[in-house]
Amino acid sequence: MHLDNKVPAGPLAEKWTKHKFNSKLVNPANKRKYDVIVVGTGLAGASAAASLGELGYNVKAFCFQDSPRRAHSIAAQGGINAAKNYQNDGDSVFRLFYDTIKGGDYRAREANVYRLAEVSVNIIDQCVAQGVPFAREYGGLLANRSFGGAQVSRTFYARGQTGQQLLLGAYSALSRQVANGKVKLYPRTEMLDLVKVDGKARGIVTRNIITGAIESHSAHAVLLCTGGYGNVFFLSTNAMGSNVTAAWRAHKKGALMANPCFTQIHPTCIPVSGDHQSKLTLMSESLRNDGRVWVPATVETAEKLRKGEILPSDIKEEDRDYFLERKYPSFGNLVPRDVASRNAKYVCDEGRGVNETGEAVFLDFRDAIKRDGEDTIKAKYGNLFDMYMQITGDNPYKQPMMIYPAVHYTMGGLWVDYNLMTTVPGLYALGEANFSDHGANRLGASALMQGLADGYFVAPYTIGDYLATMPYEKISTDHEEFKKAEADVKEKIDRLISIKGTKSVDHFHKKLGKIMWEYCGMARTAEGLKKAKVMIQELRAEFWKDVRVIGTNEELNQSLEKANRVADFLELGELMIDDALNRDESCGGHFREEFQTPEGEALRDDENFAYVAAWEYTGDNKPEVLHKEALEFENVKLTQRSYK
Amino acid sequence: MKILFARGFERKFGEQVQYLNQTILTNKAHMSWVTKTLNSTLGRKLLMALTGLFLILFLVVHLAGNLQLLLPDGGEAFNKYAATMASNPFIKVVSIGNFAFILIHVIYSIILSRHNKKSRPVEYAVSKASTNSVWASRNMGILGTVILIFLLVHLKGFYYEVKFGSTPMVSYEGVEFKDVYAIVATAYSNILYVAFYVICMGFLSFHLSHGFASAFQTLGLNHKKYTPAIQFVGRLFSIVVPALFALIPVYMYFTIQS
Amino acid sequence: MKLTLKVWRQKNNKDKGGFKTYPLDGISADMSFLEMLDVLNEDLNEKGEDPVHFDHDCREGICGMCSLYINGKPHGPKQTTTCQLHMRSFSDGDTITIEPWRATAFPVQKDLVVDRSAFDRIIQSGGYVSVNTGGVPDANEIPIPKTIADEAFDAATCIGCGACVAACKNASAMLFVSAKVSQLAMLPQGQVERKERVEKMVAQMDAEGFGACTNTGACAAECPKGISLTNIARLNREYFSAIVSSENV
Repeated sequence: MHLDNKVPAGPLAEKWTKHKFNSKLVNPANKRKYDVIVVGTGLAGASAAASLGELGYNVKAFCFQDSPRRAHSIAAQGGINAAKNYQNDGDSVFRLFYDTIKGGDYRAREANVYRLAEVSVNIIDQCVAQGVPFAREYGGLLANRSFGGAQVSRTFYARGQTGQQLLLGAYSALSRQVANGKVKLYPRTEMLDLVKVDGKARGIVTRNIITGAIESHSAHAVLLCTGGYGNVFFLSTNAMGSNVTAAWRAHKKGALMANPCFTQIHPTCIPVSGDHQSKLTLMSESLRNDGRVWVPATVETAEKLRKGEILPSDIKEEDRDYFLERKYPSFGNLVPRDVASRNAKYVCDEGRGVNETGEAVFLDFRDAIKRDGEDTIKAKYGNLFDMYMQITGDNPYKQPMMIYPAVHYTMGGLWVDYNLMTTVPGLYALGEANFSDHGANRLGASALMQGLADGYFVAPYTIGDYLATMPYEKISTDHEEFKKAEADVKEKIDRLISIKGTKSVDHFHKKLGKIMWEYCGMARTAEGLKKAKVMIQELRAEFWKDVRVIGTNEELNQSLEKANRVADFLELGELMIDDALNRDESCGGHFREEFQTPEGEALRDDENFAYVAAWEYTGDNKPEVLHKEALEFENVKLTQRSYK
Repeated sequence: MKILFARGFERKFGEQVQYLNQTILTNKAHMSWVTKTLNSTLGRKLLMALTGLFLILFLVVHLAGNLQLLLPDGGEAFNKYAATMASNPFIKVVSIGNFAFILIHVIYSIILSRHNKKSRPVEYAVSKASTNSVWASRNMGILGTVILIFLLVHLKGFYYEVKFGSTPMVSYEGVEFKDVYAIVATAYSNILYVAFYVICMGFLSFHLSHGFASAFQTLGLNHKKYTPAIQFVGRLFSIVVPALFALIPVYMYFTIQS
Repeated sequence: MKLTLKVWRQKNNKDKGGFKTYPLDGISADMSFLEMLDVLNEDLNEKGEDPVHFDHDCREGICGMCSLYINGKPHGPKQTTTCQLHMRSFSDGDTITIEPWRATAFPVQKDLVVDRSAFDRIIQSGGYVSVNTGGVPDANEIPIPKTIADEAFDAATCIGCGACVAACKNASAMLFVSAKVSQLAMLPQGQVERKERVEKMVAQMDAEGFGACTNTGACAAECPKGISLTNIARLNREYFSAIVSSENV
């Protein structure tokens, strides 16, 4: 298979404009003859569905939650980047492009990233016009803050709830189209298969979560805006329902999966408190601006601390190891996410971790409070401290906070070309569900930007180019391909229910998560990955023999929903391991211990691995086939990151 | 569509709502805006607030008149005042309005209460409403019902008696007046009647303690500069006015006894 | 800690439903309330009984999907979402009664799961600014005083969980509706459709079968995001001024 990324020729800055001009258009009167399915109603899905509805297409929007407004985009805190240069501090489209490419450790496609930076400015305009209440200065103009990986202030924000406000903006635009009759909403409906007719994506099969009804929906194109797959780790900052099922089932129908091993681990999460833990909560990275990260200098002190024999405040200055400041004197506590995360893991692996579990490090505000006063710290981080207090019951003004890294975002996803189309004609992937813009590591405040860029400003253009070549005629859901897909879905559900084993779905999910975290998490080795591959295969076999799903299909059945999702995670996990094993280099979120600089930094191998690894499904329990899309860098120079 | 809702909703709540739930109302109104407003929950609340505020005003006027009962003049001032009230055409109009407002206040409270009851057909098994709201605010219906009963007794005892009963006459400076004071004094010599009166004023106090400020909130008059003042006046009003009303029978009972 | 749970069980929206009592042991104070229910469900799964169904998703207090009327209060004893409620708010030996939101407009679908799509339809009836993608002015062409932007933001933080309806003795949705109406009424972007919006949203709110507001204040007292009662007053104001001055006769 040849992977044609369809990147238009010409200078970087003109590609998108030229491409838009060269794209075929659908006559306004003919748009109503086309049906488009949008799966997922987060930032990418809601914005795409609304924009397509406005253009005149007939849209069907699906989400598994009870309302489109619940999609997990809502939980994003920090902000959204845009190259507005409102601060007059030297920002530009090219700078945002450059920062994103560099932050992604040179594993993203130049043309896509440039376009992302280009449309970023339109996103802010659009959101403000919708009534999104961004933070403002006293003069009434928009406020900005700075974020990791950038030397300019280009992040727009709405307190710590930027994702919520942006999603509610997109949701309101979507709601307007629902009222206009251009979008039909299907909440509590989960996509379980993609339907292809003559090689093209022509619909989906869904399960109504309330009634269990398996239904088919036909369309001229399908957009997957289904988010990331971080929940393969069981514990992550993702929502409980976030899953890979829609993307994975599309993958099994021919859409290639790109760079699945690229996972972002966020360093400042609230640590796990016990086996009951169901999810991890992120705290804004901004905490590292004033907090100092440390662990006890010796294992003995750490043990005493864990047993509760001493308090953190009992540990003298010389017995503390501020390991980030020690190892990275110039960046100190502000090293990038991956570096901070990995070093926390190392000190915990040495046995110097804190918390009862030994899997946490301190983030101490003692010195900051001494320096600036409690009121200043409260004004800056009050809501984060409150959140920490609510969850842990500890007071971070008195005792240091404890943090530990957690899976936060997946840069990998369905392979898409410049048009955001997957390798299945007519099937698009938007937002976190695709792989396209963040390379091996995503910068803070860029996820919201990408979701909305794809949904508002990219897909509505590129989809026209495809639909213009499609005949108007609709395919009936009685078509044999639909019937076959429905039968497959039903068969899979029946199989899950009929196993009647002894272990719950969560049991398997937790086990899978532990394997992934241990061997395919912050630091990976070939040896460990090989071991994990076998473990996952065994776990998958056990799952299909021993899982217990209570109840029937014909009802609201949350165990069945989970079983369907975990079954897919068990397959995805293995592919992530294959991908991590294949990539004999370290880059961004992918750190292979065998490949590091003498200082312990990620060592890229640009000669052999400057490519997108796109995997093709070939059948159950068969190895996937690797396809490579070479990454060409014409506008940036590849450099080694250093934060010493 | 809109008519369907407005009428159907009241009649066949259960089934109708299921159907209506699936529909977003279009803007094609078939009702006049007045009917539409009066059929909306907000319009109905508006009527409650406006009539309530009028009745609050009425209480002030009524109290001012009644306080004359406390004058040590054997009821002269009060009887003269009663005569003026009965003959002044303006007062007559106001009095009709007053009855109408009471009626509207009562009817709409019944409509709204029924509507609210239907909005939650299944009650919670455990409820700790006392932790999020004050008792009076949740029991305006009960309080109002007691006040209504009081009002009926009160009207029968005084208004009806004076207007249609055989009231003794008294003469001041050669002019004949109905001796309303005598009727009041007779009534207030009965300890049971006094007790009933005082208890009912307690209910009125609770009703006002929520109703006063609530009416302003319903009218949309909420501002951080003025709302604290409204709430303060409301609390003060709900204590002082019923207390003064209650003072009259108590005082008269004891003066008559002595 | 040891607990006794009294949980509302109802097979589907046609079933009558009733309470079932479950003893539960080995609950740690660090667990969130929903993790405690996860433990119960693992137990039930082991016994081959149908797990208790409840809505939840982000588990960080922002998506608004979790609900539950816990011991007589929406989202339990603290003014937060159920997912952010931790077992340290309870004591060993406690009996905890868990009920679904109760409102005609929120029919129970199974156990503790209710249908809140009425909220979506209220937003669809007018809770937006009618701008299409593209063709909008530069973001800084619309200056908004910071105080107004902040106040609009406060209203906009509503997560649509429905606790206000659950808390209100009349199952009124006024706080929810007022939050959206307020946000858009305060911002310059919302002015064009200001009158029409409030009329339509109130009509839809009524059509869904929510109760009338009696200003008890329970909604704001229980709102996990602290949406204030001033929004309800603003809604009233907006509505009355709209009906007397709008073009809709």
